[in-house]
Amino acid sequence: MANEQMTGSEILLKCLVDQDVTEIFGYPGGAVLPIYDAMFVQNALRHILVRQEAGAVHAAEGYARSTGKVGVVLVTSGPGATNAVTGLTDALMDSIPVVCITGQVPTHLIGNDAFQEADTTGITRPCTKHNYLVKDVDDLARTVHEAFHIARSGRPGPVVIDLPKDVANATGTYTPPGKVKLKRYDPQVKGDLKAIGQAVELMAQAKKPIFYCGGGVINSGPAAAQLLTQFVRLTGYPCTLTLMGLGGFPASDPQFLGMLGMHGTYEANLAMHDCDVMVCVGARFDDRITGKLDDFSPGSRKIHIDIDPSSINKNVYVEVPIIGDVAHVLEDMIKVWKSEQAKPDQKALKAWWNRIDEWRAKDCLKYTQKGDVIKPQYAIQRLYEATRNLDDVFITTEVGQHQMWAAQFYGFEEPNRWMTSGGLGTMGYGLPAAMGVQVAHPDALVIDIAGEASILMNIQEMSTIAQYRLPVKVFILNNEYMGMVRQWQELLHGGRYAESYMDSLPDFVKLAESFGAVGLRAEKPGDVDGLIKEMLAIDKAVIADVKVAKLENCFPMIPAGAAHNEMLLGPEDKAENPASEDGMVLV
Amino acid sequence: MSPKQETENAHTIAVLVDNEPGVLARVIGLFSGRGYNIESLTVAEVSHEENLSRITIVTSGTPMIIEQIKAQLSRLVPIHTVRDLTIEGPSVERELALVKVAGSGEKRVESLRIADIFRARVLDSTNQSFVFEIVGDTGKLSAFIELMKPLGLVDVSRTGIVAIARGTEAL
Repeated sequence: MANEQMTGSEILLKCLVDQDVTEIFGYPGGAVLPIYDAMFVQNALRHILVRQEAGAVHAAEGYARSTGKVGVVLVTSGPGATNAVTGLTDALMDSIPVVCITGQVPTHLIGNDAFQEADTTGITRPCTKHNYLVKDVDDLARTVHEAFHIARSGRPGPVVIDLPKDVANATGTYTPPGKVKLKRYDPQVKGDLKAIGQAVELMAQAKKPIFYCGGGVINSGPAAAQLLTQFVRLTGYPCTLTLMGLGGFPASDPQFLGMLGMHGTYEANLAMHDCDVMVCVGARFDDRITGKLDDFSPGSRKIHIDIDPSSINKNVYVEVPIIGDVAHVLEDMIKVWKSEQAKPDQKALKAWWNRIDEWRAKDCLKYTQKGDVIKPQYAIQRLYEATRNLDDVFITTEVGQHQMWAAQFYGFEEPNRWMTSGGLGTMGYGLPAAMGVQVAHPDALVIDIAGEASILMNIQEMSTIAQYRLPVKVFILNNEYMGMVRQWQELLHGGRYAESYMDSLPDFVKLAESFGAVGLRAEKPGDVDGLIKEMLAIDKAVIADVKVAKLENCFPMIPAGAAHNEMLLGPEDKAENPASEDGMVLV
Repeated sequence: MSPKQETENAHTIAVLVDNEPGVLARVIGLFSGRGYNIESLTVAEVSHEENLSRITIVTSGTPMIIEQIKAQLSRLVPIHTVRDLTIEGPSVERELALVKVAGSGEKRVESLRIADIFRARVLDSTNQSFVFEIVGDTGKLSAFIELMKPLGLVDVSRTGIVAIARGTEAL
């Protein structure tokens, strides 16, 4: 049925169906009414009505991150589009494939400051991978197909299609995906074999090697995580993961050193600092990872695998860059490693592991659960113990201390199970993301590990969760503070807790009930296991309000502006390590 | 490229882009958003059939920054080709300026004499003024404009640099 005539709205929906979209997250409004009208008379697409557009984009992110598919959003012009901006920026920073369709005022009104008009392509240009304003209905099909191609290939990211109302109403020609010529945007997926050869040679000579892997492993697909696991085990080298990379290598593997970076483990950060060969796989040397750049892993030669050439040499100079998709490159590296019969210096490697074991012996994540106040670490550890052997578990988080504790204490064995806002650090991400995950995996256990401050940023989505009977579990570590803000104020601003106390919090149990969910509360350490058990047994949405120690800090911590070997391991460290003047201006 | 080279150099970068709305905004937004310098920027359609425009950007930065600029430009979807003419073999660069000089008497005669030395053409003349057109490299244009200052320079319009590689290869 090529060259079929239909309205712009019908073309759009047919494009979505032909792109294997089954669910979209959206909110109607004047400029998208024709699209909603077309949606009303079809059954191929299921629309999830969110309560605010930011929630739609985060839901699409959770959906995309947990399935590997493109998340799709439909919002109206003006405020609909501007509300989506945070989510789009979040998806850009974390390389999440999202296609967001925004309504626009009719073409003849564009530029007239019409009702609910915003310069959507202008506003979203810096926060999308690409965006379009479609002015001719006959360009629509090609544009949508190209948008999906751009969103999912190369380094994934968000793409906006701004669709004026008159274009949605006009009649035009539909072109199926196979008939659209994509003459531009063709990212390189295979790595240069010469560079791969050099990398393997460098790795084979290493005496103190480390794998440092990130979100690129997850984005490359489950095969990439399998290949990484295979390669790490083949070499016998230690492996650390970034926040975005968790699940890319099994947390239970003895070669895993835990997460690295600002709140990473002592062994991971010191191994990064002291290594002689660093194999960076799909990570981007961002400031939360490197700490003070001048002192970042000063003695190492570095290999960097990334699909985005602009990530290479952006912050840190690398000797062997390999541009390509993680799975493709790792496959070739393993082949070369085997064919060259690479034999690492086992004696040196043994000595290296011995040093790592000494660092591990510090037990940097240790905490003491005593007295009758719940330690947040304990709550997450108990949650992990209770759910680690279940089949289908997905964890999302908001942003702050609870997020770091979740990253430290919840172990992930496989990719796509962990959804968190890493690059942008968006409070309010976790609840809508969990909603998106649950829509994609109706029978799975989806838990949003939250803080009481973050959860309030998109709490309206409890209403969406109620409408679609999504059994999302919200596990709030409630310390009545913006915990990470308070921690920085304690460590860097003389304990002046400006505006970080959360006064007038709602009663989360009653709040849950008002949304038709179940509210639970734990106030004593002895309550935690019972609360978790009860929460898991309930077949509907739950808000669990876990009252935790108010002034607990998240350690280890590399203060901003400090190097990897200048970590604070606990409260007793802070006096000897005052923040540098340079560090004070960093975020 | 070596790891810690801090000297900033000017580079002329030629970019072939789809001639579509917003493409210039993408390029300029990239430079302002990431804090890169633009010393000059020119843009015009070069192939109507293929709907392509060519942008010539003169920018400056350390080798690491220049590499970033090129990588970031290449990432933009409507950008087809990014070439650093400063480091990829010899190239020629030209700029055009229109220079208005107002005055009378000896100064007016002197401006005409200097224009002749610089091979600037007179595009417009009144009893009180000349508009000169001058083509050359940036240094020549700046020297000419400097010489016109004491002779009644009132207005300057410059195109910015356009550049092309020497030899047989296309961009």
